Amino acid sequence: MSTLVKNIIRFILLMLVQVFVLDKIHLHQMVTPYLYFIFILWLPFNMSRSWQMIIAFALGFTLDSFRHNPGFHAAACVLIAYVRPFLVNLLIPQEGADGNYEEPSIKSMGGFLPYFIYVAVLTIMHHGWLFLLEAWQFGNIWYFLLKTILSTAISLLLIIITELLFVRKQKFRTNTV
Amino acid sequence: MVIRVARFPTPDSQFPTPNSKFLAQVRNIFLFIRRYFTFLFFLLLQGFSIYLIVHYNKYHNAVFSNTANQLTGRINEQYNKVENYFHLKKTNDSLVKANEKLLNLLKADFLLPDTLNKIVLDTVLVDSIKQYRRYDYMQAAVISNSVSSQSNYIVLGRGEAQQLKKDMGVVDINNAVVGIITEVSKDYAVVMSLLHKDSHIDGKLLKGGETGTLSWDGVEPNILSISRISKSAKVAKGDTIITSGNSTTFPKGMLIGFVTAVIPEQSSNNYIIKFKTAADFHSLQYVFVIDNRQQEAINQLLDKAKQQNK
Repeated sequence: MSTLVKNIIRFILLMLVQVFVLDKIHLHQMVTPYLYFIFILWLPFNMSRSWQMIIAFALGFTLDSFRHNPGFHAAACVLIAYVRPFLVNLLIPQEGADGNYEEPSIKSMGGFLPYFIYVAVLTIMHHGWLFLLEAWQFGNIWYFLLKTILSTAISLLLIIITELLFVRKQKFRTNTV
Repeated sequence: MVIRVARFPTPDSQFPTPNSKFLAQVRNIFLFIRRYFTFLFFLLLQGFSIYLIVHYNKYHNAVFSNTANQLTGRINEQYNKVENYFHLKKTNDSLVKANEKLLNLLKADFLLPDTLNKIVLDTVLVDSIKQYRRYDYMQAAVISNSVSSQSNYIVLGRGEAQQLKKDMGVVDINNAVVGIITEVSKDYAVVMSLLHKDSHIDGKLLKGGETGTLSWDGVEPNILSISRISKSAKVAKGDTIITSGNSTTFPKGMLIGFVTAVIPEQSSNNYIIKFKTAADFHSLQYVFVIDNRQQEAINQLLDKAKQQNK
């Protein structure tokens, strides 16, 4: 399956799961788990940074249209798409190792820990920025912090479960490009 | 060639002219943009998102939101067809309750005393006695609903083609206030629910008659507060809050909620009253949209008065 087709299917599936399953869950009334942004985490390494941001904006904007609040998720998604390449460069085991595999995963990042840090940092940034924009009008800082921490924990748990359930097979490409 | 160069010196010649300086500056700007293109692009997208957040409420009729509604509305409708089955029992129960309430209001349930005289009018029926219909109720199915964000909207599967208009009031099947329609597309309508930071409906205490403005602090769904009620008002836990009837959206006396806490505001002479909404926003399946037939006439009068004051 080509990368394009794979990503289109991913986009649609993740969006449907987010809108019709996860958005209906309200743990302790105000905490909603988010999973859809895993699409950005799984984008290929070799994509240009501007394209990553455009796609992230489209992803966020699609979810926003379902929620009738344009802007919030789009802003959060663009932020993590911008930060993603820096994190990959920091965490990847050796120079040029991102050419060996197609997209970030436990295997391509060289172990569980680097991959987990990669996911956790981006999740915190996504949730933090999202709730900060939402809390803007209300200005209740403790409530905002609590919501960010709880939602991040639940989203991380969901992402780990997703990783375990859907193992992404990745071929090792020769690094003699 | 040589003559030409002599006639038109290039900007790169060793004698800098103001023009060449300007060109160098322009080139520097382009170099800067090229170098920080990703960052600038990132700022641009962020700026656009924040622009959407800030300005969305002011431009309800923007073209994109209309088409987006039509599109997401269709997808939501398909999903809702499935979801409806799981709520059939609950919907049925609440309909039975609503029916019971209506049946209890039937004329046949009341015994008229025999001694009552029959009123006979001996004059021609004039217009001043004739009753006019003021409010129309229209049923609509809820096809998507949210309670978890800071600004919640409800989407109805009925739109402009089915007589819904902007600014109509929405109540649940037990006549408790839900929100106001803010956007209509051809087949769908978007309702700004009470659980929205910009939703400001007037409310009134049933007992004392004091009016105030409802607002939501975004923390707990179903708990709202009503402000601008002076400390002279007698309020107790459990008191009922109803619509004031001051606006043209809702009829007077529709149920809004029940007081749960009364907090005196220290800096002013007012109370902050927290109350629980009578409508259950978690389980809305069907709602009624209220059409005020006089709304247009009243608004025209108001506009006229405003123009005269100018």
